[in-house]
Amino acid sequence: MMAPQAAGPAVNGVSLGVLIFFFVVVTAGGFIAARWKRPESMNSLEEWGLGGRGFGTMTTWFLLGGDLYTAYTFVAVPAAMYATGAVAGWFAVPYTILVYPLIFVFMPRMWSVAHAKGYVTPADFVKGRYGSRGLSLAVALTGILATMPYIALQLVGIQAVIDTIGLGGSGNWFVKDLPLIIAFAVLAAYTYSSGLRAPALIAFVKDTLVYIVIVTAIIYVGWKIGFGPTFHAAETKMNTKTKAGTLTGSFIPANANQYWAYATLAFGSAMALFMYPHAMTATLSSKSRNVIRRNAAILPTYSLMLALLALLGFAAIAKKTSIFGADGYANTQLAVPHFFAQVFPSWFAGVAFAAIAIGALVPAAIMSIAAANLFTRNIYRDFFRPNATPHEEARVSKIASLVVKFGALIFVLSMDKQNAINFQLLGGVWILQTFLAIVAGLYTRWFHRWALLIGWAVAMVWGTVTAYNQKVPNLKTKLVDGKPVVENHGQRHFGSSVANFPFTHVTLYIAISALFLNIVIAVLLTVVLRAIKAPAGTDETEPDDYYSDSVSPDVVRAEQASAEAAAVNPTPPRHAT
Amino acid sequence: MSIRRIPTVSCTIASYSEAQLSNSRPAPLPMWVRIVVAALLIMPIVALVAVPTYSNASPHLWGFPFFYWYSLLWMFIETAMVSTAYVLVTRARRNGGSR
Repeated sequence: MMAPQAAGPAVNGVSLGVLIFFFVVVTAGGFIAARWKRPESMNSLEEWGLGGRGFGTMTTWFLLGGDLYTAYTFVAVPAAMYATGAVAGWFAVPYTILVYPLIFVFMPRMWSVAHAKGYVTPADFVKGRYGSRGLSLAVALTGILATMPYIALQLVGIQAVIDTIGLGGSGNWFVKDLPLIIAFAVLAAYTYSSGLRAPALIAFVKDTLVYIVIVTAIIYVGWKIGFGPTFHAAETKMNTKTKAGTLTGSFIPANANQYWAYATLAFGSAMALFMYPHAMTATLSSKSRNVIRRNAAILPTYSLMLALLALLGFAAIAKKTSIFGADGYANTQLAVPHFFAQVFPSWFAGVAFAAIAIGALVPAAIMSIAAANLFTRNIYRDFFRPNATPHEEARVSKIASLVVKFGALIFVLSMDKQNAINFQLLGGVWILQTFLAIVAGLYTRWFHRWALLIGWAVAMVWGTVTAYNQKVPNLKTKLVDGKPVVENHGQRHFGSSVANFPFTHVTLYIAISALFLNIVIAVLLTVVLRAIKAPAGTDETEPDDYYSDSVSPDVVRAEQASAEAAAVNPTPPRHAT
Repeated sequence: MSIRRIPTVSCTIASYSEAQLSNSRPAPLPMWVRIVVAALLIMPIVALVAVPTYSNASPHLWGFPFFYWYSLLWMFIETAMVSTAYVLVTRARRNGGSR
């Protein structure tokens, strides 16, 4: 049986054509990006992984935006709004507002010390600050681990688009997932050759498309549906009782537990965001301290975009958009793509799909580069090849970026995607446990490195176990002869990202509870370790490093080395045909 | 006021000309700037984390329940506040005579 209520015919040729057109443009751009601002050589992490640390306000704005606003924004948040309303979805709005004051305060210090000492990753900083390879390894592993579900979320977004267009669906798994695999292979190829320059250049295209689509969609919602009826439809749905007798969702947080869940989800996500290796990469690739502060001031415009997109989840409720996928099962991630297919002409739906797909590819590229940098600097070089040359580091990073991407691909093909926003929230549970070591480290050396390491380990285990234990019934709704039939597939784990704080009945985002545990342990153990005078490790940073606004000697040396290499072996002229 | 100066890193690479600034620690910000900037940055956080203060449906604005438009309003207020903080910090640093 083909999907009876999926948008239009099996494959929408016009939408597909438009999508492919933009994809080709972006792919070409990705390869051309290698020549942007002509580095002497791409064979160092400075160039491949940080774009030469030369990005100005505009590029950083697009890059950070392309980084922070992803398939998470486009697919997962509206899907959560569609399914259960404000607490699960709208918290992303305060989240993206809260993040900028935090960036304003913490990131310039991070930028300065990274420049003064030539750090490329947060784990580099931790190693230099605490003189602890163990703590550095912990930060690096956490970064790589937390990035994986986030990349997987991007793939879920691309999959939703492909499914909406009518490709995939029934048939064997290879045919079903072939478009996804091709899209990802192209991404991998141009990231491999251009490094961070590829997503930075493509981010321009992406944001232009995104703005056009959002403005059009919101005008449509305001004009044709009306905001009042949109909210009314959502309120009605959320207040409808399910068969289990509970409300479907929350239209406005209404009790203490929902207040706590909403506030901690927002605040926890905001604190977690700039701990992600990719957010750090985008920040460190800017060319001065001031670029970061200026961006903290102008980036909130992206929050408006996120909020408007989130409302499309409600608009899909008002328009009674079908969320049944090509395989016949209900999938809330399809709410926005199906809404676009339902209300836009085919060609413009194609533009919208391109915006979603490219909006997922850009961050996926940046994330995989960042995770690869972590692996190369803090695992490969520190533990296996201390004398690796810059050339070798860049090569290992390129390969690691492929491995990370294909790891995420396997993740998405095998894992349950019912509630994609939980992918990102699970990443947050992990990455937030590096917050204390990094942020406290920017200000003080009071914490003992072993205390931080033990606090991290306990919080990681507790957070993971708690998240795993959030079991919900695995219900799947299938469309049989035009009627929805609920199938019960037992229980599934990782069903929710909020849980009761231990020994209380207060519901908090697990990441925040785990961080609390992390801080308590680190403080207590630091007091003990300092009392018994455990070796504190050497701190290679100096107070002035946290204010510096200059080029580090390491950067200059790497630059000179690559300039010399280029002089010895000049780049061959482009194909003189 | 004692400002420690560290010699500027000499750098001949053209692409870094803009980033090639002094490595000296800037003068500490005046107390009033610190307080104002801290207030500007903390206010949006406090306002949005205090969920019960705005979890109401009314008053509506253009069909938006209060809960929804109030969050959006803070986005604009925050943009203004962080921009003000940016201007205050950069001005104070420039007038501080550290560069």
